[in-house]
Amino acid sequence: MVRGTRPLERLGRATFQIAVAGAFVFMALPIALVLWLSFFNNEILSLPPEGYSLRWYSEMFRKRQFISGFWTSLDVALLATACGLLVTLPASFALTRSQFRGREAFLQLLMSPLIVPAIVIGASLYMTFVEFEVLTGLPVVGSVWGLAVGHILITIPWSIRLITANLIGVDRSVEEAAQSLGASPLVAALKVTLPLIWPGMVAAALFSFVISFGNLEISLLLVTPGQTTLPIAILQYLQWKIDPTIAAVSALQIAVIGGGLLITDRFVSLAKVVHQ
Amino acid sequence: MATNVSLDHVSKRFGEVLAVDDFSLEVAEGELLVLLGPSGCGKTTTLRMIAGFTDASAGTVRIRERNVTHEPPYRRNIGVVFQNYALFPHLTVFENVAFGLRRRKASEAEIAERVERSLALVKLDSLAQRLPRQLSGGQQQRVAVARALVIEPDVLLLDEPLSNLDAKLRHDVRQEMRRLQQLLKITTILVTHDQDEAMSMGDRLVVINSGRIQQIGSPQELYRTPRNPFVASFIGQANFIEGAPSRNGSLFVTRSGLAIACASSASDAKSLMIRPEAIELLDAPAAGANVFPATVEVVTYLGSTSELILRLTDSETVIVTKPASAAAPHQWTPGQSLFIRVDPASAVGIASM
Repeated sequence: MVRGTRPLERLGRATFQIAVAGAFVFMALPIALVLWLSFFNNEILSLPPEGYSLRWYSEMFRKRQFISGFWTSLDVALLATACGLLVTLPASFALTRSQFRGREAFLQLLMSPLIVPAIVIGASLYMTFVEFEVLTGLPVVGSVWGLAVGHILITIPWSIRLITANLIGVDRSVEEAAQSLGASPLVAALKVTLPLIWPGMVAAALFSFVISFGNLEISLLLVTPGQTTLPIAILQYLQWKIDPTIAAVSALQIAVIGGGLLITDRFVSLAKVVHQ
Repeated sequence: MATNVSLDHVSKRFGEVLAVDDFSLEVAEGELLVLLGPSGCGKTTTLRMIAGFTDASAGTVRIRERNVTHEPPYRRNIGVVFQNYALFPHLTVFENVAFGLRRRKASEAEIAERVERSLALVKLDSLAQRLPRQLSGGQQQRVAVARALVIEPDVLLLDEPLSNLDAKLRHDVRQEMRRLQQLLKITTILVTHDQDEAMSMGDRLVVINSGRIQQIGSPQELYRTPRNPFVASFIGQANFIEGAPSRNGSLFVTRSGLAIACASSASDAKSLMIRPEAIELLDAPAAGANVFPATVEVVTYLGSTSELILRLTDSETVIVTKPASAAAPHQWTPGQSLFIRVDPASAVGIASM
């Protein structure tokens, strides 16, 4: 409904509403398109559809690289999310709750994966891992751990921003109240601060998971044949064939991430997460 | 009486600023001491140093004879009520109050019993399962008080605990808190900028300005014999007439030559302080000391009182307040001539700051 008394006001509201609707369409269209394409009967991805079928979904499950890629991506994303938070939480507390020399430099260091191109991070990690393997004999390249280390790097800047923003929002006097009642700083953090920044941690975990699950550039150099992530499996498949299987795989990826969002929403209202 | 909290030459420096400059004071067991002063005077910093949230730059803080200067807050056994109450928003009223007992590893049975008793004390026992956001401001304040009291602290620290309540409620809560404090005989330090609150609640007041203690004393002492113009004007209203005491100190001679008999006057007094309510208005000249002619300049009606500005001489005016009597409403008009009588006992010569 366009309300408002003066014509200019109405025009302003209408423009705003059209812009919002446009943004929604712009964001939803690729997802809708992928879902639509995955049901095409065409051998080669093209418009218009020759008919509809579910065969690309069964095709997808018959292709081993997609299934194992999916599990690898899931393992890596869960590991990167968990380890990322273990690094980010203490770092965020240090950044917001204490004054120390080099604080600004420390923050910039944690933010730096955002400014270095991901492919460069991947390449340098690859070289480091090879050196490490030569020294220790432990296989890192192609392992879930190796991939997770790379993904942790790019999730850190996002998690730091989200969690520090939440920590700054926590009233310091609430922590002081806990301490006056006999809680050491650690106990106060566990019993009072953590429950209060819970939505921020959920948001950080979600972001980390999504970033890791969809990452291509860093993984590209850290995988080995037979041990690939889902995005790389898609890329490799695309080099040979363009059929709707990849649309079906993408639909699977969308379902995983969308399902994650829905499950999270049951525990922490996502509206609340966004508003923090 | 035993000393509960003592500050011994305590200072706090923030960079270049000396926020608290050499404070020494003692709080007796069971006493309610008020730290009173304008915002930024150092009163909250002092409270935070007693609580342990802020480190003292110099000096010693003792609680019950124990030097706690370098102890963290969680080892001081203090109860703090914050200005914004600082309740734990994710915990129920019961769990908020139980927090300190859980840190002390009390048994479940003991926790239930003590929390219940403490909530009953502030008349909130029926709301134990609510979350803080479901309570009114006044109720939240009482939860904060119950939470601070349940751990039986050595000292209760109150940081402007009434400033977020509306005026009507503030008056009731003030009396309720005073009743509770006297009932439990708990040593309490209250920080406020509100002189009414300080006067009505404190056994003793510490008046602070720009990081320095101006005067320590009972409300009566501070009101009757303020040590300097800051204390005189911060606690109640005051007229200041500049001049100098006569040689024997029984008279104060103003700049324009009025000689006013006064109770006490330090030899270095620079001004004479007279409270507005201590000036009597007379229609005709009367015999006796301290009767002076005056002219009404401004009359302001304030409901329960009227405030008059009277001109004594070309350079001197005084403010006089008179209770408005419904039975005999007295009408003063600007320009009217009358006489004033100053009670010598309430005229005090004071040195400048």
